[in-house]
Amino acid sequence: MKKVSVIFFLACSSLFLLWSCEEDDTNPNNGENPDIAFDREAMLTHWADHFIIPGYEAYTLALDNLSQVNATFVENPTESSLQATRESWLAAAKAWQYVSMFEIGKAEEISLRNFTNIYPVDTEAIDENLLSGSYNLNLPSTIDEQGLMALDYLYYGIGSSEALIVSAYTDTKTAAYTTALIEKLQQMSNEVLQDWKGSFRAQFISNSGSSATASVDKLVNDYIFYYEKFLRAGKIGIPAGIFSRTKNPNTVEALYSGQSKILFLEAVTAVNNFFEGKGTTNGPSLRQYSAAIGRTDLGESVTSRFEIVKNKASRLDSNFSTQVEIDEDAMKDVFNELQRNVVSLKSDMLSVLNIRVDFVDADGD
Amino acid sequence: MRLPSYFTQTTHAAPLALFRFFFGIMMFVSIVRFWANGWIDTLYIQPKFFFSYYGFSFVKPFGTYTYVLFIVCALAALLVAVGFYYRYAILIFFLSFTYIELMDKSTYLNHYYFVSILSFLLLFLPASSYFSFDVRRNPKLAFAYIPKWTIDSIKLLICIVYFYAGLAKLNSDWLLEAMPLALWLPAKFDLPILGSFLHERWAHYVFSWGGALYDLSIPFLLLYKPTRKLAFVLVVVFHVLTRVLFPIGMFPYIMIVNALIFFDTHWHQRWINRISRWFRISWSSIIEGKVLSTTKMRGYQWRLAVVALFFGIQFILPFRYLAYPGELFWTEEGYRFSWRVMLMEKVGHASFKIKDRDSGDSFYVDTSSFLNAFQEKQMATQPDFILEFAHFLEEYYQEQGMAQPAVFVDSYVTLNGRPSQPFIRPDVDLTELKDTFAPKQWILPFHDTIKGL
Repeated sequence: MKKVSVIFFLACSSLFLLWSCEEDDTNPNNGENPDIAFDREAMLTHWADHFIIPGYEAYTLALDNLSQVNATFVENPTESSLQATRESWLAAAKAWQYVSMFEIGKAEEISLRNFTNIYPVDTEAIDENLLSGSYNLNLPSTIDEQGLMALDYLYYGIGSSEALIVSAYTDTKTAAYTTALIEKLQQMSNEVLQDWKGSFRAQFISNSGSSATASVDKLVNDYIFYYEKFLRAGKIGIPAGIFSRTKNPNTVEALYSGQSKILFLEAVTAVNNFFEGKGTTNGPSLRQYSAAIGRTDLGESVTSRFEIVKNKASRLDSNFSTQVEIDEDAMKDVFNELQRNVVSLKSDMLSVLNIRVDFVDADGD
Repeated sequence: MRLPSYFTQTTHAAPLALFRFFFGIMMFVSIVRFWANGWIDTLYIQPKFFFSYYGFSFVKPFGTYTYVLFIVCALAALLVAVGFYYRYAILIFFLSFTYIELMDKSTYLNHYYFVSILSFLLLFLPASSYFSFDVRRNPKLAFAYIPKWTIDSIKLLICIVYFYAGLAKLNSDWLLEAMPLALWLPAKFDLPILGSFLHERWAHYVFSWGGALYDLSIPFLLLYKPTRKLAFVLVVVFHVLTRVLFPIGMFPYIMIVNALIFFDTHWHQRWINRISRWFRISWSSIIEGKVLSTTKMRGYQWRLAVVALFFGIQFILPFRYLAYPGELFWTEEGYRFSWRVMLMEKVGHASFKIKDRDSGDSFYVDTSSFLNAFQEKQMATQPDFILEFAHFLEEYYQEQGMAQPAVFVDSYVTLNGRPSQPFIRPDVDLTELKDTFAPKQWILPFHDTIKGL
């Protein structure tokens, strides 16, 4: 037993040594508060109560408002009532930017994002629907004939002037289609909101573990997926021609209204607020969580990068389509800044928080 | 030629026979579990592209017929367990298992490599001369005593695995920063009891130092008879802990069962008797104390030569990293096949840019349209993967009609909690590079030092 005793003596003494020098450990990786366990449940509660539920409430409210204003418009189409619907539409599209990233639970189940905000829309198919008056909005094949961006086309693109658009609405089929699109959006957002207000909130919060299916892991994966595919690539990268040999000015969000910049800036604000925990009140966030594990620098770098993105984007044309036509390099520049945060969020943050990227849950060693 | 006296020593065959039995069962269970988890489909059938080991690019999955390969491998494992046509069974197992591992290096795990080389070693050992259907089929094959070196070689391999894994932990990240455990353990806050202190700094050090000490000392504790029982308790505690803390699959169980080979003959004989009673098999008439000495083994000279060469390679291979400049954890030149387990939390992001050399047009590739998230993750941190994928992209765009595509990569990697750094030189056209064993000059330097082995 001599050997064992020696080894145990060595083990104990080295551990003792470690404890005694730990106090002066100046390793920059030590967090502000490495001894305080980060409360995931509190963060989930904050996300549910101050981001997700109020976000869907605001979006649903905006759709309800759009529905009323649209009803007045199709009842009596005039240029001024068209203007009012356009404003309500923009408000709804802005509100959407704050919930698009939360594709979890019911939203995931019904593919909320795909049915709400796919672009570019298929204008030929929409024109056909307007002519025939028969369509099935529940089919996954019709996602590019509906949603907020189909409304963008209907309110801004079906005629070359406001007068012509107004006159298009004298056709009851156009009015009916528009109303059906809004109803579909309302029905989906209501379904998701009711689920959150019902049982899902508690389920979401109590699933506070650390497995691949735990709420933090899932929502953070959804968040990053949204950021990478829909915000970075969809709103900026694809139109600027980052992923193709030619630029694609016709693939911008809100092509017909030309409101792409406003929506993009809202989306960046939403993504940054979520990272920083700035919901309807401030609370525990991914930024704090990263700092608690030891990367205080990460929050600073992500947020300042988002500031740079907003600054550079604010200098772009309010219509990204025009911007791409004139000078796509300025768009590419914004893309590169967004890309830097993909690295920070997807590599640094996931690594520090030990969240696995959604994938085959294979063994490690 | 006279053999050194060590090679003439014989010992009872029970430990090797029981080892064979357990090994076969564990492998069978592993393959069934792999299948049941749906991984054959997600890892080997769905992906459009597979990463190959150097020189093994011809090894590819067979589409849906890949299932057949797994069936063959599982059946071979069962035959190994019961010792039925053992020589063929272990050969088929070794070949099919190794083929599976060679199909895509994204799935590389040290414990798969361990299974491959262990089954290779078993090709040369008389593991079915006792407690097997082979000896019932043909009692002439039965021996109660076999050369001692055959059992010792398995013990030696297990010792190498632990000891080298321990040596690899003697570095500043592991010992001084408690990395990467300081990142991994806090995420396990939801475990009962343990979870309440896994975020504590001291716990990270206890686990890091404890792990290193365990790996370095366990071979000796197992070999030395007075400490053997304690050592086995430690083996169980250690591997159960790793099972609880990390997504590590069957490996802990395999190592626990393997460690049984260090126990003496009586223990193994008791188990063999017990199992035989369950299945109402009687061996007494067959074995009768027959002795297989080394020189009576068929082709013993080349058996010994292969086993000696095998261990020579095992001793040297983990140190090949010394031939490369730069930080091993960063470049991973010489990282695999070296028992470097759980040493790094390394995450990266790589975006590939294709440039048409004729027109000057350039664009970025959507990596996820070619690779699944698992492959993407593996690729982003390993230079040889990045290069192989770049060559794949070159071919792909040539087929798409671009005569001269150039491929560049923007990549960032974070290692053990350090802020991410650029990884591969972004200005180098990867299509102009070949993957070789020469140092990869196109990896950017690591701006930090990790001291140690």
